[in-house]
Amino acid sequence: MKKTIIPIGPYHPLQEEPEFFMLTVEGETVVDVDVQIGYNHRGIEKLSELKSFDQSTFVIERICGICSTSHPFAYTRAVEDIEGVEVPMRAKYIRTIIAEGERIHSHLLWLGLAGHFLGYNTVYMWVWKLREEILDVMEIISGNRNNYAMFKPGGVRRDINPEDIPLIMKKLDKIVPTLKMLFKAVRDDPVIHARTKGIGVLTKEASINFGALGPTSRASGVARDVRKDTVYGAYHEMDWDMIVTNNGDVFDKVVVRILEMFESVKIIKYCLLHLPDGEIDLKIKNIPPGEGIGTHEAPRGETFHYVRSDGSNSPVRHKVRAPTFMNLPTYKATIKGEKIADASIILAAIDPCYCCTERMSIRDTKGERLFNGKELIRLSQIKTQTLKQKLGVKETSLEKLVQGKP
Amino acid sequence: MGITTKALLKSLWVFHLSTGSCNNCDIEVLDCLTPRFDIERFGMKLVGSIRHADVLLVTGSCNRKSAERLISLYKEAPQPCLVVAIGECSMSRGIFMPSYNCPRPLDSLVPVSAYIPGCPPKPEAIISGVVKLIQKVKGK
Ligand code: SF4
Repeated sequence: MKKTIIPIGPYHPLQEEPEFFMLTVEGETVVDVDVQIGYNHRGIEKLSELKSFDQSTFVIERICGICSTSHPFAYTRAVEDIEGVEVPMRAKYIRTIIAEGERIHSHLLWLGLAGHFLGYNTVYMWVWKLREEILDVMEIISGNRNNYAMFKPGGVRRDINPEDIPLIMKKLDKIVPTLKMLFKAVRDDPVIHARTKGIGVLTKEASINFGALGPTSRASGVARDVRKDTVYGAYHEMDWDMIVTNNGDVFDKVVVRILEMFESVKIIKYCLLHLPDGEIDLKIKNIPPGEGIGTHEAPRGETFHYVRSDGSNSPVRHKVRAPTFMNLPTYKATIKGEKIADASIILAAIDPCYCCTERMSIRDTKGERLFNGKELIRLSQIKTQTLKQKLGVKETSLEKLVQGKP
Repeated sequence: MGITTKALLKSLWVFHLSTGSCNNCDIEVLDCLTPRFDIERFGMKLVGSIRHADVLLVTGSCNRKSAERLISLYKEAPQPCLVVAIGECSMSRGIFMPSYNCPRPLDSLVPVSAYIPGCPPKPEAIISGVVKLIQKVKGK
């Protein structure tokens, strides 16, 4: 059969690291995928070497807007590793609160767009509305909806005002019941099952071989989480569960992310209730020569920072590795043999960025344009519609749920 | 005001291009579409192709690769095409100014009609910026 090549990318809005995918398809079935990364390059590592240790946190924050806590968290840990200091307990708690808040908003963002790709546009709107609550929490704490500027080597920049805590608690309480209903709906919805169960399976072996990280690997039964494996932040102070499932398909990746949000709410609440007194900043004066590494479990997996200092006030070398870098190649394993209509949700499932699909277009080998990204999303949405008819479902539990809400 | 401009201002269709941003501005643009802000009540909506668009929303610091794309997209756009620069990055390149890969700011590449400052600007700021742009084109 004639092979068709689908280029996806490289510039997609909403993406932390623009990538370029080339899907080779035979008829309806994807037979191969090629991934190229390295677009959207801004020279962050070099920029960081031009700034002082303190200023660098602001550059690092802007590596990715959705992970604007994860990178500074790993970076400050690397700098503190050079010095061999421990940050004060209160600072650790505040860091944990911010990091978990970011996990919730990042997972919600992903969930909304995944809903959009599956043809549940109401879910998209509805989940993003819920996301506003957590952004409000972040705004109360840090003064900005994203790019919080809370981190600095040796502590945090701002304290949490005790008067704000009841309001934050109220907002968190508002999120939980809605999330619960959402989880129930996803669990019971036959159409979602049909669209996501057994689709884009990443086996445990493949996950280990590719070095997948975060929810992508935890959905395949690999129980790794930096928050559990290393002692940092306030994570070891409380009880919380690492969510691990075994099937590795798109459905499990959705489930892992939804359940993780409950854990994050739990962690934030514990931290707010048990916030210790004391300093929030060590006021580090100079960084000795040496090298340090820092890691943090970002919403998408482990971020890794390496910093080397020669005793001056800026890093001589700063290396960053983001989780998507490790997760992207798993497409090689998950997308082969799947249908084009499923491509967009499989690509979205590792949460690289959903908007890849906006720039998707299918070309036959002569270079003629057949489908574009919208068409692909439409294909995916039509598939859901057909399934609904086949299963005889008029209204899925998700839709009922959405309509039941104002 | 000609009939085309009048019709244009009733429903601005927006194409959104990220030229090496940190993503936050892009998310805030999408946030404008969601229920709390709901920019569609002003007749604005995001479209998938520049050929359908009246407004080019640019975020990000115009790095070397995307600058070429940006210019060719601007040429393809139906005229009049209003360019809106969102965020510090697209105004002055902000924190990325010393970077080797962000040589020129947006307004030296294409003419810009409105700047919306912030890092990232809040959705309210984006909406108010676009509304001001409409007023400006109306000549008020
Ligand atoms: S202006 Fe700020 S938030 Fe917007 S893309 Fe640039 S760095 Fe990110």
